[in-house]
Amino acid sequence: MAATTTVPSASPIPGSRSFLKRLREGDEIARLITFLFAVSTVLVTLLLIFELWQDSALARHKFGFQFFFTRVWDPIAEQFGALPFIYGTMVTATVGLVLAVPLGIGAAIFLAELAPARLSDALEFFIDLLAAVPSVIYGLLGVFIVVPLMRDYVQPGLKNTLGFLPLFSGPAYGIGFLTAGIVLAIMVIPYIISVSREVLMSVPRDQREAALSLGSTRWESTWKVVVPFARTGIMGSIFLALARALGETMAVTMVIGNTPTISASLFSPGYSIAAVIANEFTEATGDLYLSALIELGLVLFLLTFLLNGLARLLIVVTSQRGGGTANA
Amino acid sequence: MSPRLRWRKFVSGFMLTMTGVCALVAVSVLFFILGYLVYHGGTSINWSFFTKLPKPVGETGGGMANAIVGSAKMLLVASLLGVPIGFLGAIYLAEFSGSKVAFVVRYAADLLNGVPSIVIGIFAYSLVVLPFKHFSTLAGGFALGLMMIPITLRSTEDFLLAVPRALREAAMALGASKWKTIATVIVPAAYRGILTAVLLAFARVAGETAPLLFTALGNRFWSPGWNQPTASLPVAIFNYAVAPYEDWHRQAWAAGLVLLGLILVINIIARAVLARGIAVPRA
Repeated sequence: MAATTTVPSASPIPGSRSFLKRLREGDEIARLITFLFAVSTVLVTLLLIFELWQDSALARHKFGFQFFFTRVWDPIAEQFGALPFIYGTMVTATVGLVLAVPLGIGAAIFLAELAPARLSDALEFFIDLLAAVPSVIYGLLGVFIVVPLMRDYVQPGLKNTLGFLPLFSGPAYGIGFLTAGIVLAIMVIPYIISVSREVLMSVPRDQREAALSLGSTRWESTWKVVVPFARTGIMGSIFLALARALGETMAVTMVIGNTPTISASLFSPGYSIAAVIANEFTEATGDLYLSALIELGLVLFLLTFLLNGLARLLIVVTSQRGGGTANA
Repeated sequence: MSPRLRWRKFVSGFMLTMTGVCALVAVSVLFFILGYLVYHGGTSINWSFFTKLPKPVGETGGGMANAIVGSAKMLLVASLLGVPIGFLGAIYLAEFSGSKVAFVVRYAADLLNGVPSIVIGIFAYSLVVLPFKHFSTLAGGFALGLMMIPITLRSTEDFLLAVPRALREAAMALGASKWKTIATVIVPAAYRGILTAVLLAFARVAGETAPLLFTALGNRFWSPGWNQPTASLPVAIFNYAVAPYEDWHRQAWAAGLVLLGLILVINIIARAVLARGIAVPRA
């Protein structure tokens, strides 16, 4: 029995009590029960991956890799290609990050470097609340506030100034890639701020002091010393935000326009992977249709899985470096 | 002061001001959201919103009583599933497990936490809806419960590990068995943290819409029992917001205000439960 080797170190004299004694006192039973609950987490996760793989088998076999490069999405002819959805997901997530990253990192720098501790904690509290706002609320504000604003002011404005770019051409509907990207940006900014702030705060004090003592200004010490030191962790926060943006469903569904198009114009209505699943899953008639939607879910799962893994790795690496190398 | 230095000082001041502007913009979003919801939703909230069923299309008035009850039922199911697994699993991780098992469980929990909520919905559909051939309260609650597991598990574990070693040793020195130490010393010492973890997990899933779309579906009427399609506040907000009726938009705003109010209040309570000075581990 592995009993003696697994006695935790919290026991004052490890291995002092026999297995039978621990069994009588209930320790082994408590251990077994809690073990079952802990392992059920692993089982559920494995089952989730298995189900996604299993249930998408039909579409995977029928279309193979062509699935990712086909533009046609025709449920009636049972032709399914994921390209417009992959394109929409990528474009909206990119727009979202382009807007969110500078703003988020700027705010994180303010919170970590400039603001007094009490102000920083108070603002962080609001940022945490912002991260708790459900996505359907962002969608609600997107539909009724952002879309009219985009249609009446932002898109005509962009067209008049930057209309020569293909990005900003076409009619201003209000809905579309750009609007979805902006809503996504608002949604992921809190994640970027929270994580980046913590990473920046873990940068050792000596780094700042050394830079300042060499005559750099406050900004130079921040931008040329502190931020590069925390760079991997900040990258981690960006990947985390990207994973959120790719998987975000409700807010995007409500403002992207739900039309499977591939267009260079950001004003054009589009579709994203999560949105098509949300809209068509319940009305998917036929096994192949459902299977194709589940394969889209599998794609989304794999993308976020990779990004989250990468993000965690980067954040851990930075915080360890920050804690361990005070003399570096 | 040389022009070069003056320039550098100017850049420094300017950029630092800009970071402040960024922070201000980010935080002000919260107040915009709250402001709009109160402005549009506040006037639509009345007694019948909480007590009446939705009216047929075209008639004004009615409420969302069924959605409020439906959400409550599903959150109950979710808590019954998510809290025990998260809580007891965390006890195993913090008190019993070796490092290898703990690594695997933590990894699985983090993976589950990162799964997009719409994919959780697909999973619950295949696992609960298909075999029972019913969109149901249980299926919706199951999907939400799955999302509660990793949040509860990881933060509870952090709080259990933060209990000072001296407390464990004192209990053991008095001859208490391990489970007795856990039940009477460690968990009570960490209970504020655990409560916070559970509340935050609850608040997080209370607003989830995507996993409910094809598990609980939605319902214009009461959903008796646990095996019928069920209305919920988040799904009702979605359906009402994208519908073309003015009166539905009004109700969507009201439901949004109720939902966001609930979630923010739970969040604030959760953070207030913690004694001052203890950081909240991020879910």
